[in-house]
Amino acid sequence: MLRSERARNILYQVLLLAAIVGVGWYLVSNTLHNLETRQIQTGFGFLGREAGFEIAESHIAYEPSHSYGRALLVGITNTLYVAALGIVIATVLGTLIGVARLSPNWLLAKLAAWYVEVMRNVPLLLQLFVWYGLFTELLPSVRQAIEVGGWLFVSQRGFRFAWPAAHVAWTAAAWALAAGVVLAALWRARAHRLQMATGRLPPLAWPTLALVVGLPVATWAAFGAPTRIEFPEMAGFDFQGGKVMSPEFTALLVGLATYTAAFIAEVVRAGILAVDRGQGEAAMALGLSPGQRLRLVTLPQALRVIIPPMTSQYLNLTKNSSLAVAIGYPDLVAVANTTMNQTGQAIEAIAILMAVYLIISLAISAFMNWYNDRVRLVER
Amino acid sequence: MADGSLSTEVPRAGAPVSAPPAFRRGPVAWVRANLFSTPANAAVTVLLLALLAYILPPTLNWLFFDAVWGRQPAAACDAVRGQGACWAVVWEKFRFMMFGVYPFDQQWRGGLVIAILCGLLVVSALKAFWRPALAGIWLVGIVVTFWLMGGGFGLQPVRTEQWGGLPVTLILAIFGIGFAFPLGILLALGRRSSLPIIRSVSVTYIAVVRGVPLITVLFMASVMFALLLPEGMRIDQLLRAQVAIILFVAAYLAEAVRGGLQAVPKGQYEAAEALGLPYWKMMAFVILPQALRISIPPIVNSFISLFKDTSLVVIIAIYDFAYAVKKSVETDISWKKYFIEAFLFSILVYWIFCYAMSKYSQWLEKDLARGHHR
Repeated sequence: MLRSERARNILYQVLLLAAIVGVGWYLVSNTLHNLETRQIQTGFGFLGREAGFEIAESHIAYEPSHSYGRALLVGITNTLYVAALGIVIATVLGTLIGVARLSPNWLLAKLAAWYVEVMRNVPLLLQLFVWYGLFTELLPSVRQAIEVGGWLFVSQRGFRFAWPAAHVAWTAAAWALAAGVVLAALWRARAHRLQMATGRLPPLAWPTLALVVGLPVATWAAFGAPTRIEFPEMAGFDFQGGKVMSPEFTALLVGLATYTAAFIAEVVRAGILAVDRGQGEAAMALGLSPGQRLRLVTLPQALRVIIPPMTSQYLNLTKNSSLAVAIGYPDLVAVANTTMNQTGQAIEAIAILMAVYLIISLAISAFMNWYNDRVRLVER
Repeated sequence: MADGSLSTEVPRAGAPVSAPPAFRRGPVAWVRANLFSTPANAAVTVLLLALLAYILPPTLNWLFFDAVWGRQPAAACDAVRGQGACWAVVWEKFRFMMFGVYPFDQQWRGGLVIAILCGLLVVSALKAFWRPALAGIWLVGIVVTFWLMGGGFGLQPVRTEQWGGLPVTLILAIFGIGFAFPLGILLALGRRSSLPIIRSVSVTYIAVVRGVPLITVLFMASVMFALLLPEGMRIDQLLRAQVAIILFVAAYLAEAVRGGLQAVPKGQYEAAEALGLPYWKMMAFVILPQALRISIPPIVNSFISLFKDTSLVVIIAIYDFAYAVKKSVETDISWKKYFIEAFLFSILVYWIFCYAMSKYSQWLEKDLARGHHR
């Protein structure tokens, strides 16, 4: 019977499955036994219990009396916040450096090349240690904070800057901005369809400007147009008012962005080099303006090459944000670690940790795949 | 012309050679072409030069000219604090940074291990050694490394808790990739297999491991291994980290090898099947030799990221190079404030390794792209 390939294939797979189930059962039975002898609870019941620990910074309301579930949620929002900001900054910085590497200016190209070679060949963790050290040890104490025009104070406690006083109008305006961006994208998509169908391009610039800038401003005005700005002021031992970026957060953000920017620069450079020189020349011959040439000819072709490796850089940045735990920024890993130490429920905490990162990774790749499909070469 | 007097084209020896036109060659022309070709370009150059003139002198002064070099007391550094770097910290803590808490009089063994492992890297990088015998060299390297580090057979035994510094970083990285390599090949083959269960197991493993950060895998190894194994059975912390790194890197190597497998022309598979080779022989003798050659550059790149990522074991308190450097200044109150210099030293060491490997990887990619040798 083993001579038949079909039978052998089935046998191999059954053996693999049996091995996995066997090892799995062995590990699970060990674990259950160990948990029992150490009297560790199991299950996710701990998520509802009181956490009892402080979290230094949070974007949602949180107090030690809240549950572990809430604490983990704070960790997730902190991770997403630093990752999202990091992705934006790294993309801008990386694109600039990637373009600079291709500059005809020798000095600029060399400086950009050295930036890339230095940043990407040093462990991110060490870079974070250095940034954190710079922000906490070498900056002056709060009393001697460096003042920039009264609206920015830099000290060991972080960067504190003036910020509009909390008002419902600002929240509404932020939502209006998000809605405006979505509506503008829809308008542009419709304009593109119309151009394909009729050959005439509907106006783009004004509607986009109205939706992205006008709508938030109008919303802000409709809610009473508050203009009060809160300036940081010394009160007791620390500043009050304004907004603060803690040294932990700043070090993590700067470290992630400058590190990933070096990789993104290489991705962008490869993408631009991949576009044939003749494409730009042909566009010029057709009489397209330099802006149109970049937007309609060079960029769409470069993007095709850029997006897949760019996706993995975004994923790397998000996963690397877990290094926050080493410098004390309360990201998901840090909160889960505290939870694990307090409850002893390591298996559940690590399962949550892995599941959340998997979901974030899958969401980013799904979005980038969707975007990649949009810009892909449509072959006839 | 008919008499063959082509003296204008072939100058005789000793004849005056006319100089090339001015501003076409030479440094002046180079500067014009590369730094001042357009007004915008000239503006960028001037701006950058101004920036460099502003930043470079104080930086160079701090790094080199006003710095404290050589073996000197911390007081010498305190005197120039703020103006010059304190490289004396590197002299003071050098042994601890390099070998951590390894017994002081035995540290020559760690030094020897560094030399052996670097030698292993160099040998593996040479194309002349890309043959089955390389596996034997590796085996010898592994055995000698563990004998030197761990002791026994005539050497004083040293427990793994005392291992530290650069040897640990090199062990984690080099053995990490060495043991992950066969696993990665199996996973890549499994991913391309036509058998549904084998394929889905491989796909799931690769997707899950690549979707989570290394820290979570290290946490899992450091916390959960104790729960997964039978009562009383203990694995030391370093081995746990090593296993975690192997399991983690295997998924990345699998993707690198898969790229190579996909790049092998379909005709090669068909030819091997037509010859009647069974699956394993087809893979071992026809497909993998070609696929691995294609996937060497991405494998080297994975190794570079692994080399950097081993520093993450700091978070589970394993004495690798990064942790030894961190601890060396943290635990000494008089040197504590010179942590920046200590970190810069470790950054330089990591950078030298990674930069050399990335240059090698770029050279290799070009070299392999030149086509097959026959």
